Amino acid sequence: MQTALRTSLPETELASRASFAPHARVVREERPVQTSGLPLSIRGLRKSFGSNEVLRGIDLHIPAGQFVAIVGKSGCGKSTLLRLIAGLDKIDAGSIGFGGDVQPADIRVMFQEPRLLPWARVLANVEVGLGRDRASQDAHARAEKALAEVGLADKRDQWPSVLSGGQKQRVALGRALVSRPRVLALDEPLGALDALTRISMQRLLERVWRDQGFTAILVTHDVSEAVALADRVLVIEEGRIAHDVVVNAARPRQRGSAELAGLEGSILSHLLSADDRT
Amino acid sequence: MSLIDSISLPRSMRLPRVDGLVQWIVPLAIIAIWQVACVTGFVPTRVLPAPSDVALAGWKLLLSGELARNIWVSFWRASIGFLIGGSIGFAFGLANGLSQLSAKLTDTTLQMVRNVPHLALIPLVILWFGIDESAKLFLVALGVFFPIYLNTLHGIRTVDPQLIEMGRIYGMTDGELFRRVIFPGALPSIFVGIRFALGIMWLTLIVAETIAASSGLGYMAMQAREFMLIDVVVLSILIYALLGKLADSSSRVLERLTLSWHPAFQKR
Repeated sequence: MQTALRTSLPETELASRASFAPHARVVREERPVQTSGLPLSIRGLRKSFGSNEVLRGIDLHIPAGQFVAIVGKSGCGKSTLLRLIAGLDKIDAGSIGFGGDVQPADIRVMFQEPRLLPWARVLANVEVGLGRDRASQDAHARAEKALAEVGLADKRDQWPSVLSGGQKQRVALGRALVSRPRVLALDEPLGALDALTRISMQRLLERVWRDQGFTAILVTHDVSEAVALADRVLVIEEGRIAHDVVVNAARPRQRGSAELAGLEGSILSHLLSADDRT
Repeated sequence: MSLIDSISLPRSMRLPRVDGLVQWIVPLAIIAIWQVACVTGFVPTRVLPAPSDVALAGWKLLLSGELARNIWVSFWRASIGFLIGGSIGFAFGLANGLSQLSAKLTDTTLQMVRNVPHLALIPLVILWFGIDESAKLFLVALGVFFPIYLNTLHGIRTVDPQLIEMGRIYGMTDGELFRRVIFPGALPSIFVGIRFALGIMWLTLIVAETIAASSGLGYMAMQAREFMLIDVVVLSILIYALLGKLADSSSRVLERLTLSWHPAFQKR
């Protein structure tokens, strides 16, 4: 019995190592950005609600795995753009392409409100994110893993009503990530959180993005959040992309560093000068 | 309605947890004072018999088997009427809450019927059904129908649309969306409907049995009135109070079991 156990163990170990080897090498050699994110091409995108033309021709290419922040005054159309990318509203004209076939579970959205089911325990809420895979054998395990990724493994059996605002939003992030999306659309997900929770959530968001390499599109009204997180900041004015700013600062970024503060200042002045013109 | 209900619940629910007997102090005190008032002759027994006399009357009726039979008949009528009216109300509430077409077709009609006091139909019901079981069941079912219909409809219509959008994004089918989002979301409101319906159920049954019946608690009270058995009349009224309390408590237990996620029902 003893010997049998001893001989069989290394074999299974080898087998599992062999099957995971290709993935492991990718993770080690380069950031997985190129492998799991989807590129995004938007051509001549237009959208109006009644007589109100919200988007007036957006052309945009986002390489796979890029973290893009979209800023602008309220009502500029940034949330509408995000909803169109996520497929929540119908496009009037133009196109959005993801460079190939996409499954619904490849694109996930996170809203300003956590939108958790109050009558489902935390773990069950995360399982909702599996979409059609909810009934599969490993649903529990995958949901538990996603919950651990957002640091809430110990809250799995709680009701959402006992969680703090930041914890609820982390559960919502776990739910969005559990299906391993290739595009994550974030509609001001940290807008309702207090300043400190916000900063820790930004760190969490950056970490999971670096780990999983999805393409992230973050709509925010907070320019400092945009420059702290994004590779690239788009400023939207009157339904068009007015500025496209690349943020080259190295990661992990120092919050409040002179480089970021300078960028933030110049983007803010863009936004404010647009205000003066109108 | 539902707001006030959800606010007052945690307060009224914490008491029995602290001490299950606290809620019975007031009723027992009233009975004690009542007994003293009767024994000392402050209240003539012609007007109100002493609780001990009522208990004695109850004991005699219990021994003869009459009490159990009448309670059983009333209980049976109440539950069957409640089940019939409640299921139809629930079905209409679901249909009209989920389908615009169904709501357009039936809601106006139902709202008009709702404004007729159902007890006003007693003469018509007696003409239709006579005084047998179907008359009582019909009246109870009709009375129970509306609170359940209205609250089910309200509950389904007020489910957070953001949650429904979330469910759709995450690929829930219509069935799943109903089972996992819409129905649980409507449940607190449905329970408000059930509690109202239980009150109306007893009210309707008492009136129906008092006016036209040959068995049941209401009949027992009316018979006693004819023979001037005031202790039996009081006994029937007390039994109605206990049965009403029993129905309310059971709906609360059900509520606590199914709404344990709700902050108002969580243990503190």
